[in-house]
Amino acid sequence: MRAQYDKEHFRKHSLPTPFYPRMAELSQDSSWHCWKGYLSADYFENVELEYFAIRNACSVMDLSPMSKYRIRGQDAEAFFDRMVTRDMSKLKPGRVGYSVWCNDQGKVVDDGTIFRFGEHDYRLCAYERQYEWLMISSAGFDVDITDETEGVAALSVQGPTSFAVLSKMGLSGIETLKPFGIVHFPYHGGKLMVSRTGFTGDLGYELWVGGSKALTLWDELFEAGKHYGIRAIGTHALDIARIEAGFIQAGDDFTPANHTIRKDHDRSPFELGLGWLVHLDKPNFTGRRALIREKEKGSRYRLVKLDIDGNKPAHASYIFHGRKKVAGVVTSAVWSPTCKQNIAFASLEVAIDDPLNDLWAEIYYQRELQWNRVWQRCRVHDEPFWSPPRRRATPPGLF
Amino acid sequence: MNKYDAIVIGAGHNGLTNAAYLAKSGLNVLIVERNPYIGGATVSRELYEGWTYTNCSYVSSLLRPEIYRDLNLARYGLQVVPFGGGATLTQSGDYLGSYTNHEVKRREFARHSLHDADAYERFSTDVMRYCRFIRPFLLRTPADPTSFKPKDLSELFFLGKNLYELGEEELYEFIRFFTMSVAEFLDQYFESELVKAALSGSGLIGTALGPYSPGTAYVLLHHYMGDIDGNVGAWGFARGGMGSLAKALAGALQEHGGELRTDAPVAQIRVRNGRTKGVVLESGEEIDAPIVVSNLDAKRTFLKIMDQKDLPDEVVERAQNFKIKGSSGKLNIALDGLPEFPQFPVGCPLIKGDLHITENFEQLERAYDDWKNGTWSKWPYVDMMIPTLTDPTMAPPGKHMMSVFVQYCPAKLADGDWTPDKREAFGQTVIDAIATFSPNFKDLILHTEVRTPHEIEAEVGLTAGNIFQGDLSFDQLMFNRPFPGYAQYRGPVKGMYMCGSTTHPGGGVMAAPGANAAREILADLGRENITPEDFGDD
Repeated sequence: MRAQYDKEHFRKHSLPTPFYPRMAELSQDSSWHCWKGYLSADYFENVELEYFAIRNACSVMDLSPMSKYRIRGQDAEAFFDRMVTRDMSKLKPGRVGYSVWCNDQGKVVDDGTIFRFGEHDYRLCAYERQYEWLMISSAGFDVDITDETEGVAALSVQGPTSFAVLSKMGLSGIETLKPFGIVHFPYHGGKLMVSRTGFTGDLGYELWVGGSKALTLWDELFEAGKHYGIRAIGTHALDIARIEAGFIQAGDDFTPANHTIRKDHDRSPFELGLGWLVHLDKPNFTGRRALIREKEKGSRYRLVKLDIDGNKPAHASYIFHGRKKVAGVVTSAVWSPTCKQNIAFASLEVAIDDPLNDLWAEIYYQRELQWNRVWQRCRVHDEPFWSPPRRRATPPGLF
Repeated sequence: MNKYDAIVIGAGHNGLTNAAYLAKSGLNVLIVERNPYIGGATVSRELYEGWTYTNCSYVSSLLRPEIYRDLNLARYGLQVVPFGGGATLTQSGDYLGSYTNHEVKRREFARHSLHDADAYERFSTDVMRYCRFIRPFLLRTPADPTSFKPKDLSELFFLGKNLYELGEEELYEFIRFFTMSVAEFLDQYFESELVKAALSGSGLIGTALGPYSPGTAYVLLHHYMGDIDGNVGAWGFARGGMGSLAKALAGALQEHGGELRTDAPVAQIRVRNGRTKGVVLESGEEIDAPIVVSNLDAKRTFLKIMDQKDLPDEVVERAQNFKIKGSSGKLNIALDGLPEFPQFPVGCPLIKGDLHITENFEQLERAYDDWKNGTWSKWPYVDMMIPTLTDPTMAPPGKHMMSVFVQYCPAKLADGDWTPDKREAFGQTVIDAIATFSPNFKDLILHTEVRTPHEIEAEVGLTAGNIFQGDLSFDQLMFNRPFPGYAQYRGPVKGMYMCGSTTHPGGGVMAAPGANAAREILADLGRENITPEDFGDD
């Protein structure tokens, strides 16, 4: 399979997504970064306001650069069941499941969401590009795999008024859509798919359309949302929300196994706190044997959520045991504007049954170009830092 | 004065590096060069007025940055400038480009195969793992695996530790890798013939083997393990041509009081009672020194400038059997303007890099078949560059210089010796092939220097014109380079050493053999080691 680029593709490093014309109008500083070859906004106007759109009103983020693959065929369920760690027979048509998949060494290749449209029809959304991995994994299975990254445009609509906005848009029946459910609507001669999914830990949806309908969708959505505080957001605001929600990010909190050059820099699902996604009772899946061995022998690392004293985010801080022995390092850190907590994820080199009661972060921070250092006590937090009831309420409230 | 502490034979980059370190240590050093100019195969000469030719080696990546820094080569005018781009052109008017931007490069691969675009990530990760393994060994003397000396044991331990660091799975792969062909290696990742052909060039350059020949996978790694400013795998131009590198090393040598004599071909290394006494030049002049370092390849060193009676039979036999096959030639072309390559869109940066014209393994293997049959390839592999698009010093403004590395080209032809006519016919084959892609190319040619293995051997002194001073095959690497038992830079005669790329870690303009040999010489003299340590990748 070849991608449909012509020789001229080199003229811009990052390509515009279908929503780019609207986003470019909103971007105050033209602050973009490259997300897998596409222009993605860091922010549009103000990170703080955009963050509060997620937690207070309705935020809209362009998800189009996400790697998207369509998997169809008689063996589609069996194929996924074999590739990912989760029991896929439990994922019914019309539902979405989050999972990870591993290599034969039981190390995480990537994480992503699997949308089951029909009996034999799925979409996989992944952080990394997975076409080759899907090819390798599908040997012997009757499945057809296509890359839909270019053709499908997607918006993440998240926040307490997101349901109200979608209702106002006329998406009737959406009130019965449960978390991780999928519903389809006819849309201007095409189709609009809505899933109740997201990366914010809040009430929210993801909207998926063909690229040609993207601008219509954007316009209708913003028109519907104008009295509901709708606001376009960039990835900086999302990053705060996803840490609050306890969601790890490939590339930040772990390096996908196919990209680790150095020994022991990869991570197993257990080491990422994703043991709940590993169904060892399945007869066979890639990495199963190694994961059983790890379960017996113990893991090398442990990813923890930390609540840290003080108000200085512990970016890239070392975490110490008893202020003496290095126990690990912070992978993501942020001040939580909603919880008013100093929160972080850290990867610790500790046995699973080690006590985690004397952890300290050594935090460097800068004031007027001068560096200061503080020690702050850390407490391990088992639950997401933020998980409001509205996240699961069905039907959801209007705000 | 006719007496020195040490004489180095051959002012190529390794000889100069070696001499510079010996001089820096305080030794009274002379380096003798048979040509009227220095550089060996890192040489730039003006053969057409206003044009600087980079006559042999033409790009730099492997030059050890530790040496670059330690010998202050920047002060003596060396600057290595990375170049962007590169492409493999196809007969159909398409190409596979290699862009410097990761995403653009990926899209370019995806234009030919979506699968290969993703596979390239896995390929790069694996190759980088191997590079990380091998790089720390470049500035180390290979361990003698049969020795129980503490130094050898500690080197073997270092090797073991690094192998362990690869991890269990990778260790299996790595061991397979050394004896694989580049085609088999690439087949593990890619499906597109064009992608595979484009990536295989690094496994063939300078090597008298085809894409399906075992051992070529390592040659690929050899060309990936260098870096420019930490950017592993990147290649660049030495500003002013590769001769700038030799000039800078000569500057460092002279800073430390070393002497340089050109037009001084050595006839023989003098040996008395199993000890080196010095050299005798072809002019008959004798120069004394207790240490003589040969920067020549092992064959030339032991069979041409040493008396076989002074050598153990085993060494003579090993030298006779040393694999040093000629496989490549070179065209250096002065151009009146920039050749057009209409397959590239206007403004496309790919032309600034290395261009190739072999689009599948079939073509490459057929090109190799021609070599086996004792003739040059009818459709050759070329590694063609226009350095003037990056380096403004090589030709007058608006004019260009083209450097074309050509493979395969045998040292001996089936129908007899090389003659000027045959050399011109070889050059014409290459020019015709390039002209297939560039309509105005022939009209722009002002002057062409054509070098077959015959000229490279005659002018530079590389046996059979082999650019690595000996094949980079597994049996001639690490503690087996050049021969088992002689891999620690010491020759079979006391006071005699080797410092060329005929020794570990081999060719590619690394300067590592020169520095490594200096370290051993200084150790034998009981002097402090002043050669640099590896920066260390972590």
